[in-house]
Amino acid sequence: MTEPNGIPRDEIILEAKGIEKIFPGVHALNKVDFTLKRGEIHSLMGENGAGKSTLIKCLTGVYGTDGGVIKFNGREIHPESPLHAMSIGISSVYQEVNLCPNISVAENIFAGRQPMKGPFVDWKTLEERAGKALERFDVNVDVRRSLDSYPIAIQQMVAIARALDISAQVLILDEPTSSLDKQEVAKLFDIVRKLRGEGMGIIFITHFLDQVYQISDRITVLRNGELVGTYKTGELPKIGLVTKMVGKDFDDLANVSRVRNESPHDVMIALEEVSAYQSVENVSLELRRGEVLGFAGLLGSGRTEVANLMFGIEHNNSGVIKLKGSAVRLASPKDAILRRIAFCPEDRKRDGVIGELSVRENIILAFQARLGIFRFKSLRQQYELADKYIKLLGIATPDADKKVSDLSGGNQQKVILARWLATEPEVMLLDEPTRGIDVGAKAEIMKLTLDLCRDGMAIAFISSELDEIVRISNRVVVMRDRAKIGEIDEDEGLDQENILKAIAGGMAV
Amino acid sequence: MNGLIRKLTSSKLFSALMALLVILIFNVFLNRGFLSITVVDGHLFGQLIDILNRSVPVMILATGMTLVIATGGTDLSCGALLALAGALSISLIRGSSTIVNEYSAIPFPLVITITLAVTTLCGLWNGFLVARLGIQPIVATLIFMTAGRGIAQLITGARNLTTNYAPYSVIGQGWLMMLPVPIFIAAAVLLVVWYFTRRTAFGLFVEAVGVNASAARYSGINSSMILMIVYSISGLCAGVAGLIYASGIMCADANNAGLNYELDAILATVLGGTSMMGGRFYLGGSVIGALIIMALTKSIYAFDVAPESALVVKAFVVVVVVLIQSPFFKNWRDTVKNRRAAVGGGEVR
Repeated sequence: MTEPNGIPRDEIILEAKGIEKIFPGVHALNKVDFTLKRGEIHSLMGENGAGKSTLIKCLTGVYGTDGGVIKFNGREIHPESPLHAMSIGISSVYQEVNLCPNISVAENIFAGRQPMKGPFVDWKTLEERAGKALERFDVNVDVRRSLDSYPIAIQQMVAIARALDISAQVLILDEPTSSLDKQEVAKLFDIVRKLRGEGMGIIFITHFLDQVYQISDRITVLRNGELVGTYKTGELPKIGLVTKMVGKDFDDLANVSRVRNESPHDVMIALEEVSAYQSVENVSLELRRGEVLGFAGLLGSGRTEVANLMFGIEHNNSGVIKLKGSAVRLASPKDAILRRIAFCPEDRKRDGVIGELSVRENIILAFQARLGIFRFKSLRQQYELADKYIKLLGIATPDADKKVSDLSGGNQQKVILARWLATEPEVMLLDEPTRGIDVGAKAEIMKLTLDLCRDGMAIAFISSELDEIVRISNRVVVMRDRAKIGEIDEDEGLDQENILKAIAGGMAV
Repeated sequence: MNGLIRKLTSSKLFSALMALLVILIFNVFLNRGFLSITVVDGHLFGQLIDILNRSVPVMILATGMTLVIATGGTDLSCGALLALAGALSISLIRGSSTIVNEYSAIPFPLVITITLAVTTLCGLWNGFLVARLGIQPIVATLIFMTAGRGIAQLITGARNLTTNYAPYSVIGQGWLMMLPVPIFIAAAVLLVVWYFTRRTAFGLFVEAVGVNASAARYSGINSSMILMIVYSISGLCAGVAGLIYASGIMCADANNAGLNYELDAILATVLGGTSMMGGRFYLGGSVIGALIIMALTKSIYAFDVAPESALVVKAFVVVVVVLIQSPFFKNWRDTVKNRRAAVGGGEVR
């Protein structure tokens, strides 16, 4: 079969057969087969710890394999490093943006392979080519400015541009959309489709089921390091996919629904016309005990800033923040923690996990910070606390001494939640708690949120996923352009459509 | 048993300990009388005791340095603060006396208190610059690295002030239970710092700040306070080391006292397994690091290496030790180990 543009469709570019990978104590990949055809988008699905990342790392030479064969265009290859894999023709963009924030966009795209003029870097060509590479994505930025002066979405594009600049035949995208908004995702998909048209084989990993169905041609499902199967997207309904991923009939998410809010509850935190410099303007809201208050709005709408204000990270310069009815000044996170407020930040890698430290140390950290330097919990008490939450939240780790950076994203998020639950908070601020984690873990975290709510905690739930917000919130605050533009109660038609309308500006409330 | 050995060999202290052992064994064979310890007037003498005694100033500096490096910083000022402590203490003892004095101008405990308070304050200033003003540690501490010696020279009037005040000499030259007093001081400093970091939450907070300052702050840790305490401790350690150093020669030499010791202290810390990137720190490792440096220096002299090439030999050994500890070699070792494990697994199957 040959497409009109002359690219043979069924030709296999990348073939992995019987891949084995053994880590101490874990059989991470057990005889996994995987094939990628020319000109196809192939989604790799599975829960956290299913082996997706391990497989990718074996294909790109991050890990060596303990068995099996990798063939590229029919020839056996042994990628030794990502750079080596790249030179063969396999490029990858990893889950978290791994670029250098302090150097320019252009340098990031060409780092390690700058065009040279004699012994010197040819800056002019470098910048021109970087500009062209980004134009492909309709991204028009000053490539001479440092990377960290742009939002994460642009940084993601830069990462892809970096991977694509080389004449790659296989492109691996590991969770490329987790920090992008809708339009940016659409733009990314356009690019990906264009690349497919050019005959590139694309491996796509995501936690967003909708996106899988939007874009992929085939789906390979892994579970616990084993291949479940490879399917044509059209022949595998969503529910079937989820069932194959978790290995049981999946109705977890369907069971997640808000706790009915019957009696009026005490107000825990009230913001009264709060403004902060270069942050939010004139926000008033109430967060009550035993309810989930959702925050909806686009990236940069001021959702995170509101949470920051309630946690003492940002400070208001007008208006009043009241805690249980009396005005408070939250000077620092520690102030907030002492007042039993907990905050699960949006950027887990930057503000959440302390990677080098153990699971135990990560869990006890906030609790210990509340106690201070001198009331140090004994090791025995630390282990008790850590083990309690490892069990309670089902954190998948061999023991409490494991380095937290060795855990999967979902488990890291659970460790952060455990850190805050250990402080026994009355108010829990969750900023994108389900970002970058798989369906199963998402459902678990949402269920946990509801359990906490039932126990009387006041919960702020910030998420870009309207579906999640609608599912569990009792009320939703809608934010736009750094201001609150409305509030929708569960009795007043709280659904995705109304929230979208509100964001778009047709607010009736 | 196998597990214990693996645990031992994978420990951060192991490679440092091995390096020290190799240097010591080398000496045992080539340096006659290296192990012999004699008793003279109820005091123990010998090369081993000497290495221990002479490594004390660097060891104490390295103790403070370890905490600073654990937060991801460096303290370049500690050598200069060491000189400042010596100059300050001797000039306080001499007071306005123009001749070499036998008595102290002010009560001796006050001399020690003022000296240590001043160097601690200098450390606090370093911490303030780093934590509150966000100046990079190397730049912030560079200020006192140069200014410290300048102030010391101002205090001594650019002369080598000496004293004969007997109690002062006890710090650097005294004996206690057959051993030199400095060894006990070093042990005490180490014990206090160890207790403060490992028996309170302070060590955990230092490591948290060192790995991810932002996440530490979100967890309620007052990062800037932690930094200021850490730099203050480094200043205090420099003060203690300065008293020992100046007391050892009964002279305040503002120009040469503790010259380049900050670099030795950094080296000792790194040899001991604490990463310059911050995070996990190993006080015991830093002590071993200080011993490696001194043992090396001693053996170079014992082998009659010409002084002008001694530094080259020292540098060579340091390069070897640092290479052994580098991530590259660690990966290489792991690969070899895995390959062996894989072969073993094949046999079972």
